[in-house]
Amino acid sequence: MTRRGAGLYLIALSILACSCAARVDYTLYRSRVPRSILILPPQNSTTVVEASYSYLSTASRPLAEAGYYVFPVAVIDALMKENGLPTPDEMHSVSLNKIKEIIGADSVLYVTIQDWGTKYYVIGSATVVRASARLVDVETGATLWTGAAFASQDSGGGGGGLIGALVAAAVHSVLSSLADQTHELSRLATTNMVFNSDNGLLFGPRHPEYGSDKRGR
Amino acid sequence: MRGFYLPLVTAALCALAASSACARPSLYFWGRYEAMVYEMYAKPGQADPVTQTAKLTEDIERARAEGKAVPPGVHAHLAYLYYQQGNLAGVQQEFQTEKTLFPESAAFVDGVLERLSQRMNRQ
Repeated sequence: MTRRGAGLYLIALSILACSCAARVDYTLYRSRVPRSILILPPQNSTTVVEASYSYLSTASRPLAEAGYYVFPVAVIDALMKENGLPTPDEMHSVSLNKIKEIIGADSVLYVTIQDWGTKYYVIGSATVVRASARLVDVETGATLWTGAAFASQDSGGGGGGLIGALVAAAVHSVLSSLADQTHELSRLATTNMVFNSDNGLLFGPRHPEYGSDKRGR
Repeated sequence: MRGFYLPLVTAALCALAASSACARPSLYFWGRYEAMVYEMYAKPGQADPVTQTAKLTEDIERARAEGKAVPPGVHAHLAYLYYQQGNLAGVQQEFQTEKTLFPESAAFVDGVLERLSQRMNRQ
């Protein structure tokens, strides 16, 4: 095969890989469904300082409602800080052996925040939350599942014209602070990610549909 | 015309999103637990342990009154609030309740309580 031929072949292969990625392989996850999930304070690749902890405080509910035991997020955070791990980055670097020994979690959900907060346009604004998540099996270190959380809210108003948009934007900022708005959006993003019927989490042992999940089948 | 349909479509999509969330009966009574965690970080001035303890205790009682389950982490969080107030009996009791309700937390709870008693013995 010529070099050019090989290049084309690789391109074709990568396109194929992309189209396949949409279908999630649940084989490994299904064989090792954890009973408990430790969610660490997310790593934050944005410049918004509060993003990590705002996100953290919206994550327990969807994970628990999906049937998992979720470790108390603030208690774990305080424990880690007391033990010389002041930042999410440092917490994410703790070995799985250590997590098994100290916390006894079956799995860890590592989240990275990629986009957070409000962007202003000529008319109105949009608030966005985007994060990626990886569920790791503590015993084997294998990645059981990966997901992407996304939600956005356009405060430009729908169809109300310029005045409508301005009023909508003003009402928004009066009703709730931008930080609180993003916080609520984060809840929506995580809930949608966890319960997505195509690529969400499998139901855990505490969910009535545990074991009869149709995802990936 | 397009401007007229857009809100309708948005509303329909929202209803769809909401219905998928509503269709599932909640496994737990959530109360203000997550809002309190948020407050601790976002508005630490409004989140002193005494007030939070009162709110969380009230939520636990409401859950009981309504016959609903208390979510994972709530009793452990209450234990932590007691720890901040130096109420060691409260710490012990709430962590034990967490462990009874959720045996998945056993290793964590036992470890925390053991390290705590070691620290107490050294002092």
